[in-house]
Amino acid sequence: MNDARQNPLLPLELKSVALTIGGRPLLSGLNLKVTTPGVTTILGHNGAGKSLLLRLLHGLGTADTGTITWGRQSVAATAVKARQAMVFQQPILLRRSVAANLDYVLQLPHARPILSRKQLLNLASLSAVASQPARTLSGGEQQRLAFVRALATGPDIMFLDEPTANLDPDATQWIEDLIKNARAKSIKIFLVTHDIGQARRLSQDVIFLNKGRIEEHTDAASFFHRPKSAYSQQFVNGVLPASPQSAQ
Amino acid sequence: MQDFRQSFSHAAQLIADLDPTLIEIVLLSLKVSLTATLLACVIGMPLGALLATRRFFGKWLVSVVLNTLMGMPPVVLGLLFYMVLSASGPLGWLQLLYTPGAMIIVQTFLVLPIVTALTKQIIEDAWSEYQPLLQSLRVGKWGSAQTLLWDMRTSLLTVALAGFARAISEVGAVIVVGGNINHLTRVMTTAIALETSKGELALALALGMILLLIALTVNALVFSTRQRVTV
Repeated sequence: MNDARQNPLLPLELKSVALTIGGRPLLSGLNLKVTTPGVTTILGHNGAGKSLLLRLLHGLGTADTGTITWGRQSVAATAVKARQAMVFQQPILLRRSVAANLDYVLQLPHARPILSRKQLLNLASLSAVASQPARTLSGGEQQRLAFVRALATGPDIMFLDEPTANLDPDATQWIEDLIKNARAKSIKIFLVTHDIGQARRLSQDVIFLNKGRIEEHTDAASFFHRPKSAYSQQFVNGVLPASPQSAQ
Repeated sequence: MQDFRQSFSHAAQLIADLDPTLIEIVLLSLKVSLTATLLACVIGMPLGALLATRRFFGKWLVSVVLNTLMGMPPVVLGLLFYMVLSASGPLGWLQLLYTPGAMIIVQTFLVLPIVTALTKQIIEDAWSEYQPLLQSLRVGKWGSAQTLLWDMRTSLLTVALAGFARAISEVGAVIVVGGNINHLTRVMTTAIALETSKGELALALALGMILLLIALTVNALVFSTRQRVTV
């Protein structure tokens, strides 16, 4: 499953997707087609709409207008949702043991586990703490558990919403290794991150959002070496945007 | 002071001797209040979970009414059920008035708002945290409610204990629908009220001590379970 033909949920297509909340347009005029396997990274400043877009792609919210399709099926289709999994910035762990967190997902009626509990624990190096309450783990361990728990459903698509935002470099390395492992298993990954270094290390292509609009969607090499718009260039070069105070 | 000391001494003797009248009253009290608490939990906890996780028109009003009912005076509730269960009432044909059954029913309804409202609050807090995960995993509404109830079980145990404490310590409702009939519907609180009015302080004190012991045990259980609710 190393190309679009083999992943049943690709291509991903967005046509004229828009979302307004409280009279404020948060996403507008989104047109997009993703066919590539590997990691698609969604970049942009705070408030650009990255996490919101990720949630719409996962069907956790509904766009006001436009269509989102996965392999020509609606984002709302049961067959689509069953093949997707999400990892949140703050790991949401059940108040159970590490092993019971995995069992909960493995026993879901629509789960298509490709790895056993033991294999998942080994993958995240959590075998030694399997019987420990999940919420007593360190932040890095909690995120590793959240990652392999998402993997336990046997997804074709994984959404990662800033999975390393609160982690130190060692813990970040663990998560990046898990991402590479998932990528090697032909799972298509959509990653939201603020870490440009991480985006450079992992991405096959980049979606750059600016104020709810897609500023640029291109392969990672082009984005990091020859960003098209001035705004993208500023972002890649780490130039801070003009502050509202200085604008006044 | 002499009478005071004598009453305490006599009360302690009644407890030490496991006085049959005392034991009968204690056992009936426990039977009525434990059954009522169990029924209130069976009805109130799923109801609280559903109220917490579902959106519907008038939810705000339901929450306000529930919170108001938490403070319902037991004697008022007793009066309402007296009217419902009396011979001329809509459920008079059940002939439950002045039976332990009537006391269980009235205490169930006394505890139900407490269990439902506290469960709703606990599950609401947990739901706001779990919702994205459970939606992402496509766990249905009932599955979500079950997951939340199970994961919050330690907190919910404290809710059940709080409900039991309310039931075992109330006097107004059970005296109205139970009638405080000797060997039939006399429970600790009604017996204490009666014996005190008769000036028979020993039995009243003995029952009071046991009631306090039960309250102490319940609070100790609540405290220890809260200590364990860390994960």
